[in-house]
Amino acid sequence: MRIRVNPNLCQGHNRCFSLAPELFEVDDFGLASAVNDGNVPTGMEDKAQLCIDNCPEFAISVVDGSE
Amino acid sequence: MPDDYKPENSKPATSTSRNEGGCPVHDWATDFDVMDEGYTTDPSPIWADLRERCPVAHTTRWGGSWMPTKYEDIQKLANMVPALSSKTVTVIPPDPILREELIAELKRYGTENPPITADPPEHSPFKRLILPFFSPKSVAGYQKMTEDLCNDLLDKIEERKTAGNPMCDGAVEYAQQIPPRVIAYILGIDMARADEFTQWTQELLELGQTDPELRRSARQKIMNFFAEEVAARRVEPRGDVISQLLEAEVEGEKLSDHKVAGICNLLLVAGIDTTWSSIGAAIYHFSTHAEDRHRIAAEPELLPTAVEELLRFYSPVTMARKVTEEIEFQGADMKPGDKVLMTFPAANRDPAVFENPDEVVLDRKQNRHIAFGTGIHRCAGSNLARMELQVALRLWFERFPDFEMACAEGVTWAGGQVKGPRNVPLRLLG
Repeated sequence: MRIRVNPNLCQGHNRCFSLAPELFEVDDFGLASAVNDGNVPTGMEDKAQLCIDNCPEFAISVVDGSE
Repeated sequence: MPDDYKPENSKPATSTSRNEGGCPVHDWATDFDVMDEGYTTDPSPIWADLRERCPVAHTTRWGGSWMPTKYEDIQKLANMVPALSSKTVTVIPPDPILREELIAELKRYGTENPPITADPPEHSPFKRLILPFFSPKSVAGYQKMTEDLCNDLLDKIEERKTAGNPMCDGAVEYAQQIPPRVIAYILGIDMARADEFTQWTQELLELGQTDPELRRSARQKIMNFFAEEVAARRVEPRGDVISQLLEAEVEGEKLSDHKVAGICNLLLVAGIDTTWSSIGAAIYHFSTHAEDRHRIAAEPELLPTAVEELLRFYSPVTMARKVTEEIEFQGADMKPGDKVLMTFPAANRDPAVFENPDEVVLDRKQNRHIAFGTGIHRCAGSNLARMELQVALRLWFERFPDFEMACAEGVTWAGGQVKGPRNVPLRLLG
């Protein structure tokens, strides 16, 4: 599973970072990006999905479609 | 309108010459009243009704406004920038005298409390100026202080319980005490004056909504306070947030004293009422829902999702925008000068987005709530609020895993711009 944060949509709510600091990093302005080039470690897919489903800006998505 | 909703039970708000509160609402679609006691206590049935048949309601009360009720609509409207301007963001507009003063100040100084009252392009540099103070990394630095503060407050309550009195007010003695001290600590102002800061904020945002003179004097007190704090740091910088703001540059220029005071005004006011309301609402919820209370006591690891769910369900903040061009939206003919409410709490109860929206589900999986707003005006302090909520609840449950509502009639809710319980009488169990 690979995920991506769309930098044009992210407004820095940091919901993803607060739910899964292992999967995201945020800068001083709150803008998030996925760590490890978006590759989600095996076993953390549910957590990644939780972050996708909690983003108020619909900014996180699965990029390669394989889950 | 559901049968169990009785607007005639509403307590009239202080009435002045404008068309405001006071008389009962007959049709919420054309005459809603955000200060109606029934609306403040449980607006969800009203929103549900309006979503079905409206979905953007209108009123001439309180200066007139539009009220969207669907999640999708509120997302769209919040992102219509600057067609919907943030130059005025108050739900209840200021009285004419204060408005004249504000307009005069705007002419003299430009935007008053940036970034909250700024539109693009002015908005972004100011938002970038304050965001680093509230990044997850900065907020982690405020956690220890918040924990110590919560423990001190809990010590006092526990002492009394040990002495044989298990009663306490979760809002007054706990929720209300936390945010003013945390924001005072961050700004570098005197924490011993926290009760004053709370009082000013309450006068400005809550009581002042229906009392123009109180609102005016509160605003003056806050601006005078920060004028002095800013002047002192001009002479002798202290390395705190105010001093850093004085050193900061926006588009290559230092900020005027007045603008720094305006930003501090925003940070203080926005940091107090809102978070106090959220912590109070959370404690209120657990005192009235035994199952949820026992669950958090047994599974404190649920707190991160539980906090978001409580933010969704008890969303405290409604903002406003001013229409700057003709907009036709979902059957609403919005004209320049009209006010549109950013009814984030209504969005968060929309069944199109949230399954069983009127139920608190502590481990809700899909929760794109917009309690902190959405778009470029997303609350700058959301990380701070989240940290305060998590710390306050975690330490409360460690100390008092079981408690209950002692007097349901004693719970009072503030409404309008910020909704939250002002009294939560509790009995501590065990």
